[in-house]
Amino acid sequence: MGYLQVQYEKILSDYLKNQSEENLYIGQNYIRQLIQKNITPEEVINIHKQAVEQLHGTLPKYVEHAYDFLIEVMVHYGLKVKEHQSLLMKQEELRIEMDIATKIQNLMLKTNIPKLNQIDIGMVSVPVRKMNGDYVYFLQDDGHHVSVAVTDVVGKGVPAALCMSMVKYGLDTLEYANNNPSYVLEVLNRIIEKSVDDSMFVSLFYGRFDVENNIFTYGSAGHEPAFYYNAKESKFYDLESKGLLLGILPEVKYRQSEIHLNDGDFIIMLTDGVTEFRKLEELDSRQLIRDIVMKFKHLNAQQMCDELYKQILCYQNYQLEDDFTVVIMKK
Amino acid sequence: MSEKSIVEIVTEWDIVTARQQGRNEAKAIGFTTVDQARIATAISELAKNIYLYASEGDIIIERLEENNRIGIAITAIDKGPGIANLQSVLEDSFSNSGSSSVGIPAVKRLMDKLEIESEVGKGTKVRIEKWLKR
Repeated sequence: MGYLQVQYEKILSDYLKNQSEENLYIGQNYIRQLIQKNITPEEVINIHKQAVEQLHGTLPKYVEHAYDFLIEVMVHYGLKVKEHQSLLMKQEELRIEMDIATKIQNLMLKTNIPKLNQIDIGMVSVPVRKMNGDYVYFLQDDGHHVSVAVTDVVGKGVPAALCMSMVKYGLDTLEYANNNPSYVLEVLNRIIEKSVDDSMFVSLFYGRFDVENNIFTYGSAGHEPAFYYNAKESKFYDLESKGLLLGILPEVKYRQSEIHLNDGDFIIMLTDGVTEFRKLEELDSRQLIRDIVMKFKHLNAQQMCDELYKQILCYQNYQLEDDFTVVIMKK
Repeated sequence: MSEKSIVEIVTEWDIVTARQQGRNEAKAIGFTTVDQARIATAISELAKNIYLYASEGDIIIERLEENNRIGIAITAIDKGPGIANLQSVLEDSFSNSGSSSVGIPAVKRLMDKLEIESEVGKGTKVRIEKWLKR
């Protein structure tokens, strides 16, 4: 401290003799040392007070008291600044942890889009925050069935992501792609009801495509209805299925239905992040999606998903409001 | 071996009394103006905690002398609700960042040593020390 005091006296005295820019610049460089050495604000004012006393001689009482007052209040100010810094550091730690968690989530929930000659599949899933509350899972057995689960956890961020790993675990235990959608939903409902917090609900659309017979069988647990496009009639149908959300009641039965897919037909499965956005409350968002898709139905399934995402993002002013997930299966 | 003074904290003005007594003692021991301000601020925070959370308690100020060095110790004792999770009060938190109080971690920064004991339903005891640098 002695050395810092002497240095400050010199800089201050130079400045008092000549109020030059150079002396101000030197003063600012000096402050950098104080920060490095963690000198508190009250200490800085004390250094200044002592320097003034040294250069001027004894100060008038009221000036001295004014300095003491400033020292006193600066103790509190310094503490608040320190607290703020420490919170910023904590925030940074959390951010790093979050990045790691996101990487783990992406790794854990990674799913590969099946490549088959008989059916063309495309997908886009974009989280609104770091961690995704939507989840798509594909299952495939040796050429007979392809299954897909499109999931949305009610809620966002870390809690939703943790809940999602439960769903993934449930789907993993089912193992085979040839399970009936109603059976899959019943098993998942039991797992989620037992192991996840009461405030967490999951909606899920499960579809299974029978590759040999071109039959798409589906069931839904409170999920946004999928679209089915019939190419021959050039008409859209809603694949509605009024099942309860997963995780509410222990023993719930789920219905399943089936449709036959012909060439040019496709199914669009999505989460409510695609259909619900504030800006267009008065507008029928499902009609909007139908209109967009009609324009791009000549493209392959992946390109259709990409275009739909681009268009909806544009409608939402490039600021997603919810996790966005769409899967298209095209015959 | 040491002198003690006790200030009862019941009203907000008792916080001021405790600060004053602490400052007088710190000055008599030979602490610099800056350290006096720090000690008074630390006492102020402990007394404010008693006033806000326990409604009543004592601030005990004593002079310390050992191995040729001198210092000051302040003990805050209350029979308030106590603190269930001591770890949480020893960390900076967002909850007090907006308030006028600076919290236990800040008090620790002002002093050389801080000890805290607490039992839920029984009360809390915080002891802080600062030694005179030579």
